[in-house]
Amino acid sequence: MRYAMAVDTKKCVGCSDCVVACQIENSVPIGFCRDWIVEVTDGTYPQLELELRSERCNQCANSPCVRCCPTGASHYSDGGIVLVTANMCIGCGACIASCPYDARYPHPEGHVDKCTFCIHRVQKGQKPACVEVCPTKCLYFGDLDDPNSEVSNILKKRKYKTLIPEAGTDPQLYFLI
Amino acid sequence: MNQSRRTFIKISSLGLGGVALSAPLFNWAKGAILSDELPKVAEQISRTPTYCEVCFWKCAGWVYKNDQGNIWKVIGNDEDPHCNGRLCPRGTGGVGMYYDEDRLKTPLIRKTIDGKQQFVEATWDEALDVVAENLNKIKEKHGPECVALFTHGSGGKLFGDLLKAFGSENITAPSFAQCRGPREVAFLATFGEIIASPERTDIRDTKCLVLIGSHLGENMHNGQVQEMSDAIDKGATIITVDPRFSTAASKSKYWLPIKPATDMGLLLAWIHEIINNEWYDKKYVDQYCYGFDELKAHVATFTPEWAYGITTIKPHIIRETAKEMFNASPAVIIHPGRHVTWYGDDTQRLRAVAILNALLGSWGRRGGYYNPEKKSLPEFPHPPYPKPKRTWRDAHPGKYNLALEVVSNDICDSTIPSPDRDCNFKGWIVNGTNLIFTLPNQKNTLEAIQNLEFMVVIDTMPMEITGYADVVLPECTYLERYDYCRNDQHREPNIALRMPATEPKYNSKPDWWMVKQLAKKMGLDDYFQWNNIEELLDWQLKQVGSSLEEMKKIGVKKFPREYDDLFFVDGQEIEFNTNTGKIELYSTELEAEGFDPMPVYTPHPEPQPGFYRLNYGRSPAHTFSRTANNPNLTDLLDENTLWVNPIVAREWDLKNGSEVWLENQDGVVSTFPIKVRVTERIRHDSVYMVHGFGHTEKQLSRSYGKGASDTELITNVMVDPVMGGTGMRGNFVTFRLENPHKKEEVVS
Repeated sequence: MRYAMAVDTKKCVGCSDCVVACQIENSVPIGFCRDWIVEVTDGTYPQLELELRSERCNQCANSPCVRCCPTGASHYSDGGIVLVTANMCIGCGACIASCPYDARYPHPEGHVDKCTFCIHRVQKGQKPACVEVCPTKCLYFGDLDDPNSEVSNILKKRKYKTLIPEAGTDPQLYFLI
Repeated sequence: MNQSRRTFIKISSLGLGGVALSAPLFNWAKGAILSDELPKVAEQISRTPTYCEVCFWKCAGWVYKNDQGNIWKVIGNDEDPHCNGRLCPRGTGGVGMYYDEDRLKTPLIRKTIDGKQQFVEATWDEALDVVAENLNKIKEKHGPECVALFTHGSGGKLFGDLLKAFGSENITAPSFAQCRGPREVAFLATFGEIIASPERTDIRDTKCLVLIGSHLGENMHNGQVQEMSDAIDKGATIITVDPRFSTAASKSKYWLPIKPATDMGLLLAWIHEIINNEWYDKKYVDQYCYGFDELKAHVATFTPEWAYGITTIKPHIIRETAKEMFNASPAVIIHPGRHVTWYGDDTQRLRAVAILNALLGSWGRRGGYYNPEKKSLPEFPHPPYPKPKRTWRDAHPGKYNLALEVVSNDICDSTIPSPDRDCNFKGWIVNGTNLIFTLPNQKNTLEAIQNLEFMVVIDTMPMEITGYADVVLPECTYLERYDYCRNDQHREPNIALRMPATEPKYNSKPDWWMVKQLAKKMGLDDYFQWNNIEELLDWQLKQVGSSLEEMKKIGVKKFPREYDDLFFVDGQEIEFNTNTGKIELYSTELEAEGFDPMPVYTPHPEPQPGFYRLNYGRSPAHTFSRTANNPNLTDLLDENTLWVNPIVAREWDLKNGSEVWLENQDGVVSTFPIKVRVTERIRHDSVYMVHGFGHTEKQLSRSYGKGASDTELITNVMVDPVMGGTGMRGNFVTFRLENPHKKEEVVS
């Protein structure tokens, strides 16, 4: 099993619904977030291009954050989801420094926090909160090992890219372009 | 009550005799750990139905509580056609309205203590007594018609009932004359029907969507944004006309970076091209339309080359885009927009939009405009309301005859005494609309308020308007109350229930309760023969074969269509609700009122050197100014920025994040500075900001002084003579780099 997410940049309007839905679902403290919106503008007026991306932890298969964690708090869980066990985390911040995607933040309670692909929902057969709320349906989630999953299907049909592939972390967040 | 001039009172400066607050406050400080009052992730233990009140789209959803019984989250109702189970960021963040610790907490009465006007906390009984007494006093002295209700929101309907029972029909919403009014009047004049809300656009099945200044995706009109995404999936062509590279523009095959205020030129050239190339739907036009020959002659000279000089859009692009519309027709939508009060000739511009749709045969066709239907809910029985002797129209006889709703700015104008009128408005009830940020020309609004004998404001938050009230009534949020059921139009008629998920916080109350109490105190109880709103709703629902009990379980109920089909059947005989019974390309109604029967291009004012046209729009995370303090939504966006083209930024030496004050053509300077966002996404001749920021009320702790207010800079208002709409896009600003409010005085 290999959980992954695809983000359709052609449909995303950057509304931040994924951000607020995640914050509420996961009780992320105000002022912090586990997912966020990136806007890339290219060109000069009026020859312009704009890419909007809903970003979060890339749930890398070769995760520097898991490798560098001194206590084993950062670990791989079901389907390759990278998790932090809060009570094992000493808040040293090594994982935050190692992440090429800046996907982790120091939770005010002293541990490091990040996107879990809403594993508590996924284990019950639900989709992550961001996927379920997205008004443009631009987020696709599922098991890449299942050739019929939503995410496998969309990646077969569409061109895509990953972010910072040169970091060699084998990211599992795909951006449809 | 208070005949002396009304000073602005900050809600925080409460007078003596205050009632101690019973509910504890908690600290939502940015970055702080959430307090215990906030729900932790937990299994659902209950859910109650609601429909959202954060904007007018009113999506139906379920309110979930955590195991401590506190409100946790709101999730869209899968059966709801407004949202299809997916709320927008504002709806998702709607819980922040409930948890906002800056909420109004208890009734307030304006009193003069030691010569100083201040608010004194009061019991509900005391506050409602003051309201009842003052409204009845105005009724006695001037007649009930001198009281007007401004409302934007669901609770307003109940106050509307109260006003009608009182004897006035002056019920107004800024959503008409500050927003969608021109399009409703224009489409009614053309097709005999209005657009209404949610828009009857069949975007999900369109092959070509044309957006004119309409920034879907930034204005998060949920169902429409969802359908635009579906249309993108299906490969629809999107054409966006906007001086700004909007989100929608970035999704478009064609972005037409038009010179601001010249849209009419482009529309007329498109009409010209479609007629000249015989790209119109001949059968449809022959059968249904009136005035084709007159229109053809009228647009004969409006060539793409003519329009190029006006709009800066190249002729071949005008031709190509017209061809795209033709290729897609009738599955094409030239979108009517929503906030369309721009230049004062807005009804005529929207007429041009309606005419284009008519020529392409998209009205009543799949992928164009569908025929909506709504489920009527009968009124709870009441004696007939008294017939008012006067209406708002009597203040200016003959003006705005085609206005379909009460013109809010006209009520404001008719509150300021004038020698040519024998009666002015003396009392305002303001429910859920922050008029200071809603009506342009703030000076005029404030002057009107100074001339009132009494104003009561009902709101959940200490918005600026509350500071001018005689009585402030704290309304509980939509998550804590019942309202009338939602029964808006859609493809399938449907109704949605809102019920309280929890008890009202603080000493706030639902509107229905306030109205019922006021009715008793004002001697109008005969008109309200229900004891509580559950009885009212259950009665209404039973008339349509449902019940409150059923609606509590399902939240949304759909009904079969009763009247026509969703789309016209080919060749179907149709009598349109116009003078001629046809779709009027040539408007006999406008002609009879002395207006142009077909739209003409009028040049609009241009910026002077060093000035830039002030454009404004929406953020997907906020609704007008009403969400600016919501803790969840300010976390997404807590201030607006001023979009400035890099060429302009170089000229003024502005960098990203530079703070500037803005001064408009009339010398009005923004109260607060705004941070510059240098971006290629804006034309060199205009600047852009999101509306609704720059709050001046200190009690709005998260939004006070954050960003600038576009409203305070909109002092040039170009009123649409057809329907009274306030054109707000003829204002120009320049930059002030030093704080212009700093006072330098020689003291010795």
